[in-house]
Amino acid sequence: MPDVRAIDYAGSERLTMNMGPQHPSAHGVFRAILTLEGETVVGVDAVIGYLHRCHEKLAENLAYVQYPTIASKTDYVAAMSSELAYVMAAEQIAKVEVPKRAQYLRVLVGELQRIASHCLWLGTWCMDMGGALGGGATIFLYCIRERELVLDLFEALVGARLLYGFHQVGGVRYDLPEGWTDLCRRTIDLIDSRVDEYEHMLADNPFFDMRTKGVGVISRELAQDVGISGPLLRGSGVDFDLRRAYPYSSYEDFEFRVPVETAGDCYARYHVRMVEFRQSARIVRQVLDGLPEGPISSRPGVKSLAQVKVPKGEAYARVEGPRGEVGCYLVADGSNKPYRMKWRGASFSNLSVLPHILVGASVADVVAIMGSVDPVFGEVDR
Amino acid sequence: MTPERARELLATVAGVTVAATPPAPIVAQVLTEHWLDAARYAKATLGCTYFSFLTAIDWKADGLEIVVWVDNLDAKLSVQLRTRLGAGQTTCASIVPVYRGANWMERECFDMFGVQFVGHPDPRRILLADDWQGHPLLKSYAVDTPHPPYR
Repeated sequence: MPDVRAIDYAGSERLTMNMGPQHPSAHGVFRAILTLEGETVVGVDAVIGYLHRCHEKLAENLAYVQYPTIASKTDYVAAMSSELAYVMAAEQIAKVEVPKRAQYLRVLVGELQRIASHCLWLGTWCMDMGGALGGGATIFLYCIRERELVLDLFEALVGARLLYGFHQVGGVRYDLPEGWTDLCRRTIDLIDSRVDEYEHMLADNPFFDMRTKGVGVISRELAQDVGISGPLLRGSGVDFDLRRAYPYSSYEDFEFRVPVETAGDCYARYHVRMVEFRQSARIVRQVLDGLPEGPISSRPGVKSLAQVKVPKGEAYARVEGPRGEVGCYLVADGSNKPYRMKWRGASFSNLSVLPHILVGASVADVVAIMGSVDPVFGEVDR
Repeated sequence: MTPERARELLATVAGVTVAATPPAPIVAQVLTEHWLDAARYAKATLGCTYFSFLTAIDWKADGLEIVVWVDNLDAKLSVQLRTRLGAGQTTCASIVPVYRGANWMERECFDMFGVQFVGHPDPRRILLADDWQGHPLLKSYAVDTPHPPYR
């Protein structure tokens, strides 16, 4: 037992606190070793790697027809975007044409995935900030309910709810089943109206404002230097969205607004994602309205491992996932397996900003900031 | 800053050879001793302030190659900097003083390839355990290499 009289109550004494690896607000297994002075964080050591499966070594040992399904396990909350990055990289090297209908279907699932992923982010983040929001689990349960609806759509389309294997080199593997578009429209309309409800619940809530405004500010300069992307980058005043800057998969056909906020705090990131909910719904409707007829893949279904061979070359395919730039850097040697594959995980880069912004924050803010970064540890550790 | 102008400028930098063919990205092959200077040049002069990723490729007998991708988001300019460390060589200058985002990426690169980044502020393993033997993404590291038991 330490002598209580020896404790310096003035607060200059330093305390080391382990947050994680099994902390509920870590959204996975993440350990932050915080050095505290009173309630204030003065040092951060982020420990990651608990979920590491060496996807990059796996990819070197799996054929191009095998890996897309495994790719979905990097970011398991937004499996569609990582699959897409991988097949796009292979298509770029092999110069494979993708039929228009397949491109539209890729956009469709990508945007539905964004809605599902943002639902999970909003719910878990609000639960992290807990009782201050008047019963923290309320929004969490609502959001999970809405996310289930999107997962139902995916289940009807692919047969799986979380890890899909929807994309293949040359197109997609499944076409829309009968009645799916009507179901999709109804779901999107419903979620659109529910997002309004959430905003009403959070708008003008003084606790929510206190926990988010001016908390965890990322400057424009730091944002670019560290290479954060997606809603974090746009929340820090950088007007950059891969869907518009480097349109892939026919994104140039659709109208949507890219929200940008300049404050760089948790509230800015929240606001960007809330706008993205609506914009994704808008894109989904445009896809359903303009879906062209035709084949869904320029290549036949997978029959053998040697079916897809990619000539010697390199490509870097980048996709705007829900968390930002999901990049797949592929080096091909002409065989049916990549020579080298590098995942540029959006969550990895986004999380690496934490040591820069946590210093000076209070312990309670650490939770709010971590939630606003929205890391998925499958993608951080790969 | 247009891609053409950036290509011309880069070609004048000491130790840099710009690859001729593809329009995007601009691929610059850099001599290892000029690595940090080339990164500084890309950031300061070409305006590539956005750090995307850093990784390595194991070319077996030809040694390791470091690849860095940076962007100038306003001009939509992508620059790929590459350097060959040479057969058997594992040291390279750290670019963390230029891009803070390289911190974790270089740690990962050390973890997976054993590249020693000179000047890195925190050169530890990042994804694997501290007592892990070897560097898994090297081609010489077999998939079924035995490893210490999980703790």
